Amino acid sequence: MTNHWIDLKNSDCIFVIGSNPAENHPISFKWIMRAKDAGGKLICVDPRFTKTAGKADFYAPIRSGSDIAFFGGFISYILANDLMFKDYVVNYTNASFIVGDAYDFKDGMFSGYNAEKKAYDKSKWAFAKDEAGIVKKDPSLQNPRCVYQLMKKHYERYTLKAVSDITGCAQDKLEQCYKLYGATGAPEKTGTMLYAMGQTQHTVGVQNIRAMSIIQLLLGNIGVAGGGINALRGEANVQGSTDQGLLFHILPGYVPTPAASMQELKTYNEKNTPVSKDPKSINWWGNRPKYLASYLKAIYPKQKPEDAYKWLPKVEDGKDYSWLTLFDEMYKGAFKGFFAWGQNPAASTANCGKVREAMTKLDWMVTVNIFDTETASFWKGPGMDPKKIKTEVFFLPCCVSIEKEGSISNSGRWMQWRYPGPAPLGGTKPDGDLIYELFEKIKGLYAKDKKAVFPDPIVNLNWDIATNHVFDPHKVAKLINGYFLSEKTIGDKTYKAGDPVPSFALLQDDGSTCSGNWIYAGSYTDKNMAARRDKTQTPMQEKIGLYPGWTWCWPVNRRIIYNRASVDPQGKPYQPTKPVIEWQDGKWVGDVPDGPWPPMADEKGKYAFIMTTEGFAQLYGPGRNDGPFPEHYEPMECPIPEHPFSKVLNNPTALKFTGNREGHASCDPRFPFICSTYRVTEHWQTGVMTRWTPWLLEAEPQMFVEMSPELAALRGIKGGDKCTVESARGSLWAIAIVTERMRPMQVMGQTVHMVGIPWHFGWVYPKDGGDSANLLTASVGDPNTGIPETKAFMVNVKKA
Amino acid sequence: MSGKTFFVDLSRCTACRGCQIACKQWKQLPAEQTKNTGSHQNPPDMSFVTLKVVRMKEVGSRDDFKWLFLPDQCRHCVEPPCKDAADSIVKDAITQDKATGAVVFTEKTKGLPFDVVRGACPYDIPRQDPATKVMSKCDMCNDRVTAGMLPACVKTCPTGAMNFGERDEMLAMAKKRFEALKQTNPKAVLVDWEQVRVVFLTEHEPRLYHATLMADADSAGPVTRFAALDAVLGLRNQARG
Ligand code: SF4
Ligand code: SF4
Repeated sequence: MTNHWIDLKNSDCIFVIGSNPAENHPISFKWIMRAKDAGGKLICVDPRFTKTAGKADFYAPIRSGSDIAFFGGFISYILANDLMFKDYVVNYTNASFIVGDAYDFKDGMFSGYNAEKKAYDKSKWAFAKDEAGIVKKDPSLQNPRCVYQLMKKHYERYTLKAVSDITGCAQDKLEQCYKLYGATGAPEKTGTMLYAMGQTQHTVGVQNIRAMSIIQLLLGNIGVAGGGINALRGEANVQGSTDQGLLFHILPGYVPTPAASMQELKTYNEKNTPVSKDPKSINWWGNRPKYLASYLKAIYPKQKPEDAYKWLPKVEDGKDYSWLTLFDEMYKGAFKGFFAWGQNPAASTANCGKVREAMTKLDWMVTVNIFDTETASFWKGPGMDPKKIKTEVFFLPCCVSIEKEGSISNSGRWMQWRYPGPAPLGGTKPDGDLIYELFEKIKGLYAKDKKAVFPDPIVNLNWDIATNHVFDPHKVAKLINGYFLSEKTIGDKTYKAGDPVPSFALLQDDGSTCSGNWIYAGSYTDKNMAARRDKTQTPMQEKIGLYPGWTWCWPVNRRIIYNRASVDPQGKPYQPTKPVIEWQDGKWVGDVPDGPWPPMADEKGKYAFIMTTEGFAQLYGPGRNDGPFPEHYEPMECPIPEHPFSKVLNNPTALKFTGNREGHASCDPRFPFICSTYRVTEHWQTGVMTRWTPWLLEAEPQMFVEMSPELAALRGIKGGDKCTVESARGSLWAIAIVTERMRPMQVMGQTVHMVGIPWHFGWVYPKDGGDSANLLTASVGDPNTGIPETKAFMVNVKKA
Repeated sequence: MSGKTFFVDLSRCTACRGCQIACKQWKQLPAEQTKNTGSHQNPPDMSFVTLKVVRMKEVGSRDDFKWLFLPDQCRHCVEPPCKDAADSIVKDAITQDKATGAVVFTEKTKGLPFDVVRGACPYDIPRQDPATKVMSKCDMCNDRVTAGMLPACVKTCPTGAMNFGERDEMLAMAKKRFEALKQTNPKAVLVDWEQVRVVFLTEHEPRLYHATLMADADSAGPVTRFAALDAVLGLRNQARG
């Protein structure tokens, strides 16, 4: 989230799309209802009428997988009706930037496409620069090659009629929706957009979010109270785990993983440190070398950063190591062993039938979990013959999150410290102790073995994370914060070795500081900031429900990021009734500003978006793999044969696989209905915790399939009937819920039906609960993230 | 009249079922062996071991479609007809707490005829254990309330749908919300507020939610309730000066 949960109450209009907070984030409704109490409006756009839709002031259904068409129409509507917040757009976004001559867009393709590699040469999308190396701009927005004009041209094709045809949403509904939310373009109004996996789990997932960001920027809704682009995370700590480098392409703190072509730290820094020639641009990522050096010192304190760097594993240049690819490799027999730690891929992964088979190719697997799972027991699952499976499976039972001490970072980036609750049951251990003991063993084996291959990175790893051989979360938190390793004078202050680093601004690239994760620098200084529960606030902070003393928030306790864009160039809040920051008597008050510099109009002022190289928010985003502007492409499995206004039906750069487990079926009469997966309040993820919790299972006991009365009539199905749902990849049973909440849609002149299934069930328990929805989903993914397209695929439904 | 009262603002309920589960947890009641019957409402009804159930109802279609939620439970009638019916048969089988107004079923209810007790309830609340014949229903979490805590269901509710407190304060809150809601929902009703301690505010006609959300007209008292509500609240304000 750019903002945070409480901040939802400040919104004049809350736009929910690709998420269902009433169901999946119930507490959010405390704040959403408060926004409504204050006169705010709630919009819900979703293929089905959800619990959120039930509370909305305005609801519109769109076909699953047609979001960019919907947003493209919205962008076009904003530009055509001049609803944008012009000052904001000119001051803070790259609308005025001139794009280089090599950029082009024709018939659904951007320039620079290489058909063989199925990839773009992104250098073709670069901005035009002047002799000083600064991007050329036209603040009048008239130049035909400026971002504003190119964007206008790109989205002119998204007429109300075309958008209505693709999305299945009536034109008058679209218009009402655009108008209602477009009203937040008024300077004193703010609107927020809430999304979740309904937006991300598509082969255009990243561009869905880009499209929303463009709308938010045009309306001046980023950096402001009651605004922002807010990802409602799917797990209590998914924000935290992403921050700590869970994904393959980043180290902790969003520092890119080194690639094989960067054998020296110097080369890495040259390739990964953006440079800006514009003195008004802060270009914060210019500090990246300090963050990597401090990370290297955290894991290898005795080595010089340039030596420690050589020990870091490197990825092959351009190779994808994302989730679907890992399991594709496992399926091909590339791995001997696998740790499934706190996860259940045999149920959670798209096309999980393939994953279950992939596991039979392993020699061994270790699963760490609190209950038996479809992964731990894959070898005795449906269709498996245990006698023929060589994989040896080890099950390590661990304790539950509430039984141990540590922190979680919520969607609003708040690092919240938790004390341990009840003692762990049955001698189970925290994950921290399991990994501590495991690595102690590995280290010992490497140290002993004279013939060990490349032992240095293992035996030298900083493993001081326990006290008396028990995992110590405080030690880890202090290391993540970072401390000085030798005496260092910065400005007029001298820090001694061992002093905690007060903020990331003080991190060094010379090896004198360590920090496990630069964005968490400041979280554990003279005290554990995340454990704070202080409700003190200034009258200004009170206006927007800002509690700076409650837990701690990255970065530097800034609760609303990009907040320099909430004020005009003189530092006056655009929304005086809900100010985030304000320049008063030569200093900023309110939230922690995005940097200490004076307002932009001051001669020492800086541009607002300090994390981009040029200092401006990106309406035009030349860094993504599938284009600088979001373009509507159909899901990989879709019900229509042709794109209505381009020659390219699907995302040409999508992540795809080949092989006998990769069935696909577009416009295939065997699989005529769109299907989407989702969640219910009572269950969590694949249901590993919740299926075993009797009160929750009582409320949602079985796999179901929701469908419209029209579709039910077509198939002779009644509510409560057991049905078979099948795709080109698998089949499962589900109980029919026939409901007006699902409705057929008119798409490109044909009637399109949609069904929906939850993904919480699995064959292990309960015995009559059903199996995983992911038996049906396809292993195709977004070209930027690899996230699978589980929100739109094609199925058939019949009475079982 | 003092004691405690719930105010349940149905316009805020999202059917998260936090209250349904919290009730089971505080009371340590077993889960029922349920099946999906083509609806999300589960257990399908209240039972001896399910004292609170969130009912879900779909009405209308397309643009006039509504998904209505009702966290249903005992209303703790001010003058409980179940207790009236029971008192003449087994004394103290059903009790009423003087301080809070909670109506509580005891073990002794096993000596009562079930059809008489259930039949006496205008809201169809009492349930019976088929084995022991003991009857059960929500007891206002009287143990918690007497110890100064909120009922488990109220404590859990994230949206502000469930509220609990002194009767006059709750009625004042109810009236304020009712007046505001009437602007957009002319059919909103503050259900049987004079007779009960669990006061539901509906957005639509009560019968759309559930047949027994509101007592039958005969037992529900005069329709001049709001004049009466004003009178009550007026008295309260006077009393507080
Ligand atoms: S906890 Fe509140 S919002 Fe949730 S179902 Fe119960 S009354 Fe409704
Ligand atoms: S007051 Fe207590 S017993 Fe009654 S419904 Fe609420 S949680 Fe259950």
